[in-house]
Amino acid sequence: MSLTDQNMPNKGFFSSLGEHQGTDDFLRGLWRDNPVFVQVLGMCPSLAVSNSAMNALAMGLATTFVLTMSNVLISMLRNFIPKEVRIASYILIIATFVSMVDYVIQAVSVDLHKSLGAFIALIVVNCIILSRAEAFASKNTVGRSLMDGLGMGLGFMFALFCIGSIREIIGSGTLLGFQVMPDTFEKWVIMVLPAGGFFTLACWLLIFNHYKIKKSKA
Amino acid sequence: MNNESLMTIFINASLINNFVLAYFLGICPFLGVSGKVETASKMGAAVTFVMVISSVCAYGINLLLTAINAPFLQLISYIVVIASTVQLVEMFVKKVSPALFKALGIFLPLITTNCAVLAIALLQTSKGYDIFQSVTFALGGGAGFTLALVLMAGLREQLEFSEVSGIAKGTALVLLVGGILSLSFMGFAGLGG
Repeated sequence: MSLTDQNMPNKGFFSSLGEHQGTDDFLRGLWRDNPVFVQVLGMCPSLAVSNSAMNALAMGLATTFVLTMSNVLISMLRNFIPKEVRIASYILIIATFVSMVDYVIQAVSVDLHKSLGAFIALIVVNCIILSRAEAFASKNTVGRSLMDGLGMGLGFMFALFCIGSIREIIGSGTLLGFQVMPDTFEKWVIMVLPAGGFFTLACWLLIFNHYKIKKSKA
Repeated sequence: MNNESLMTIFINASLINNFVLAYFLGICPFLGVSGKVETASKMGAAVTFVMVISSVCAYGINLLLTAINAPFLQLISYIVVIASTVQLVEMFVKKVSPALFKALGIFLPLITTNCAVLAIALLQTSKGYDIFQSVTFALGGGAGFTLALVLMAGLREQLEFSEVSGIAKGTALVLLVGGILSLSFMGFAGLGG
């Protein structure tokens, strides 16, 4: 139980939302505790579906939806779910929302569904979602969990887009399908292959480490 | 129906389309438990076991779901089967080898959220494998996962003795090594038909 939860009388939906607490929950996921770059969670989709910027955005949106909805529902039910079976219940809740997203994407665009492949269904086992459910939503109010889910989801999307756009620009010379590199540019095919995913993410982590070390020295 | 030979399925799943290095499935344990060769190989064995059991169960469940015409329950029922299999393995390991239980730590219950296990169940359904093909597919996937994990652990044991620049310590270095491993596994592409 968090401190806010115990000390604040339960007035309503956003009762324990302090003045800046909501924004803080939101920004924490987006930047300071970015799920991919800082916490290094959810590696599988962030490497596998980031071969183009479009795929990265679609995957990010789908994950954000599931993360926000499951955070809200789990937070609502946090006093009803027995502790012993909580993980199983979380996974069931998450799987329900993922099945929904799966059918929605299939209805909106069959091509997109094909290019994301099994990875839509695999949102169920994305560690970010379960870790937020266990570490945040099960202990905090609905309002804060909503902001946390949104922040973490958008942070995930941001990271995916960072990796995806670089892989697409260097690997196929395009960004979101539009050509950005001159015709004479020799495409680095390796960047759209699996190995390119590892290298791109490694480079981003190197850059972040560089700044972290610089900051701690200063 | 799919009539690939069992041999093709095994080589495809373990080497050509290695689950970790080509499909990016199960990256979390690949980064987390690949510190020592011994732990890595045991983790690989545990994951393979869960894969085979859940593959058999998923095959049965899929037949049932098709019979009652409820394909939308597929994902939910698969994940429940996997979660209970993992629970079983956890109790087994705890009883048989408490030391191993400690070494695997949090990563043992996390097999539930190992995408490679769920992917086996989902892919075998979408490819229309029969029961023998499914089990071979699970065995191949598990073998590939173990191979990648052990290779990575071997490399990391060597890296312990080398001097690494400050900014590359930790995950970044493991990812770079993973990239090079993934490049070398592309050489297996010629094996397939």
